[in-house]
Amino acid sequence: MKKWQVACLIFGFLLAISSSVANAQDFPKGPINYLNPFNPGGEVDIAARAMQPYLEKNLGVPFVINYLPGAGGGLCWSKLAAAKPDGCTIGGFSIPHIILQPIFMKDVTFKTDDFVILSIVEYTPIGLGVKKDFKANTFKEFIDYCKANPGKVSCGGVGKFTGHHFATLQFMKLAGVKVNYVTFTGTSQVQTALLGGHIDAAFTNSSVLTTSKDQIKVLAIGSPKRMVQLPEIPTFEELGYKMYPRIARGAMGPKAIPKDIQKRLEKAFLETISKPEFISKMEQAGFVPQVMGIEESHKYLDMEVKEHMKLAQEFDLKKQ
Amino acid sequence: MDILSHILLGAQVLFTPTNLVFCFLGVLMGTLVGVLPGLGPTAAIALLLPNTFHVPPVTAIIMLAGIYYGAMYGGSTTSILVNIPGEAASVITCLDGYQMALKGRAGPALGIAAFGSFIAGTISVLGLMLVAPPLAKFALAFGPPEFFSLMLMGIVVLIYLASGSILKALMMAVFGLLLGTIGMDAISGTQRLTFGVLELADGIGLIPAIMGLFGVAEVISNVEEEIKREIIPAKVKDLLPNLQDWKDSVWPIVRGSFLGFFIGILPGPAPVISAFTSYAVEKKLSRHPEKFGTGAIEGVAGPESANNSATGGAFIPLFTLGIPANSVIAILLGAFMIHGIQPGPMLISKYPDLFWGTIMSMYLGNVMLLILNLPLIGLWVKVLKVPYPILFPLILLFCLVGVFSLNYSNVEVSLMIGFGVFGYLARKFQFEMAPLVLAIVIGPMMENNLRLALTISQGDPWIFIQKPISAVFIVISLVLLISPFIPWLGKRRQKLREKVEGEEV
Repeated sequence: MKKWQVACLIFGFLLAISSSVANAQDFPKGPINYLNPFNPGGEVDIAARAMQPYLEKNLGVPFVINYLPGAGGGLCWSKLAAAKPDGCTIGGFSIPHIILQPIFMKDVTFKTDDFVILSIVEYTPIGLGVKKDFKANTFKEFIDYCKANPGKVSCGGVGKFTGHHFATLQFMKLAGVKVNYVTFTGTSQVQTALLGGHIDAAFTNSSVLTTSKDQIKVLAIGSPKRMVQLPEIPTFEELGYKMYPRIARGAMGPKAIPKDIQKRLEKAFLETISKPEFISKMEQAGFVPQVMGIEESHKYLDMEVKEHMKLAQEFDLKKQ
Repeated sequence: MDILSHILLGAQVLFTPTNLVFCFLGVLMGTLVGVLPGLGPTAAIALLLPNTFHVPPVTAIIMLAGIYYGAMYGGSTTSILVNIPGEAASVITCLDGYQMALKGRAGPALGIAAFGSFIAGTISVLGLMLVAPPLAKFALAFGPPEFFSLMLMGIVVLIYLASGSILKALMMAVFGLLLGTIGMDAISGTQRLTFGVLELADGIGLIPAIMGLFGVAEVISNVEEEIKREIIPAKVKDLLPNLQDWKDSVWPIVRGSFLGFFIGILPGPAPVISAFTSYAVEKKLSRHPEKFGTGAIEGVAGPESANNSATGGAFIPLFTLGIPANSVIAILLGAFMIHGIQPGPMLISKYPDLFWGTIMSMYLGNVMLLILNLPLIGLWVKVLKVPYPILFPLILLFCLVGVFSLNYSNVEVSLMIGFGVFGYLARKFQFEMAPLVLAIVIGPMMENNLRLALTISQGDPWIFIQKPISAVFIVISLVLLISPFIPWLGKRRQKLREKVEGEEV
């Protein structure tokens, strides 16, 4: 190799490095658009809103939340998968929704692999609540009642192929009972129907159970240990049922975002969600705050993929 | 008295410079987004929420609430002036408000809308103060079967009261219901009638529909009639409603206020439904129903009061149960949580300053809105003096920009234009818009509640009769539908129709 060729190569190398460094330093140039797959006021929204001021400070640009609800989140995720991978368009997600929808729903145009998960911010264990005047007062009584009235107990949840749907299926399998799953479009509708006694029970988020624990009876919760927010509520595990249903949420972007920009965003999220005031706000609202970066989040995702595929096989679910 | 000390507490909270300024900013912003078609209170509140992080929660809620009820004031303005509803809740105001403007009475129409909103706002704040907790239980009594029956009755009443052919109204309503089925099936997640267009997965947007049906259609039909109506009847003499206007409006305002308040408590797009219901009620009770649709002031006063009052009602489930009745309230709920306030039944006793401060701010906000809006009437009316060749392209531009700004979606812009052409043709053939719009709004909810009710009852349709509240609605709907076949009732309707047709000719 001639000298001048080597020199060119080195020069080119340096140029490439310096330009990529400049990229990460430049980022973000414009506002970050955060696509919210659900309606305002939902769990994803609450977390995003709580993070917003810290993220804006950290990144030095506006953090704009756009709502693209529809198709159980699928509309937003299809758009996000196709977005320009410059790190300026990212969005919220829920696990297991992003795992289950591409597998079981016909009209979904994104795959779980299309995304890089920047951070898992919080999760909510799914618990069982029943209406105030329901005959059962404990989890055991609830199962007995379901056994005595097969298929009669109406059990609300949000959507199909969602955390709530799977929690209900898992419960039916483990307890050997049959309930009537009633599909609502949002958590607040489930909450209203349960408070009004229009449905008997619901497998729903800990945030909802915490908010309305005085107006309903919370029978069990899906966390591995009892929740600080609901210290008197037993876990499924304590009651002899090995199920830990939960919905995890956070931020993700198209997979093709350059690695250094991914790192920059990850850093912003990690610094935000490890702030004590953020953590205490989330805890107060009934969430379980998490501090997971890219690597950890993907480990969690892989684990959940395996778990849900196993469950789906057990329930014998078919593509719809 | 207890209430009195609470009011004092609320006033103490409110009368700090910061809170007063934020209250004013809120209602001002609300009026603006209300006037601009397309931009609604939901978007405005979502955009402004981050700016409230550094202030105490009560200040934030005061401002955000101001945007919500402020938008209801502003929404009527464009309805009356250019026949484009600034808010979905002001659709029905187009019917008579715009006709009044064409007759040179835009001032009284705007005036009565502002006064009506003020009175209604006051009544609903009083209601919120006095009866919030017991009413929350009433809202919970409405489950899926009750909602379905209520909405069914809503559509049937509107069809029954159609001024033209009942058959045509029925056709429009059914067409609206059909349009409402477009999009993702809420239960199974299957796409229906979307033909692979991702933007349709969430259904037909309400804003493109109403802006097309009212705004674009209006522009098209005016292009045709250009020669006939060169300029708006020159002088707009009285800006404020006269004595006769007041006599005609006072009861519609009172009825609209109470109606709106009670409907507001129920989950759903309460301002929209309450405005429609109020219009139907006024038309039914009026001694001259034939004047509705031709510029009857009652047709503005009732619905405008109702939609404003409904915003007050919607706060009841939020404050007493921690349940959001609609998307605006849902954002407010999110704001509570971000500020570390636990919503739920304990909210009023745990944070009395928040509850009473907000209530007092709503009262003061209504006064501010009245002061803000009355002097503006003169300014707004001048809009009508803009010559049509300039005004209409501007309206079209506003519609296009307004719809595009919602989701940056070209599909929605095309949809709006499609609705515009459809609306123009429908108008030519004397089809009414109101049943169509109502059906598009509540169709998806009706279907959802029907299916939820049937899932709960495991397919047994008797659930709609077994529940007493639901049964009442079903019976009323049936009676109204059968009535054309009952001679004396049918005759009454016939007479009414003849009168209307006589006047149109």
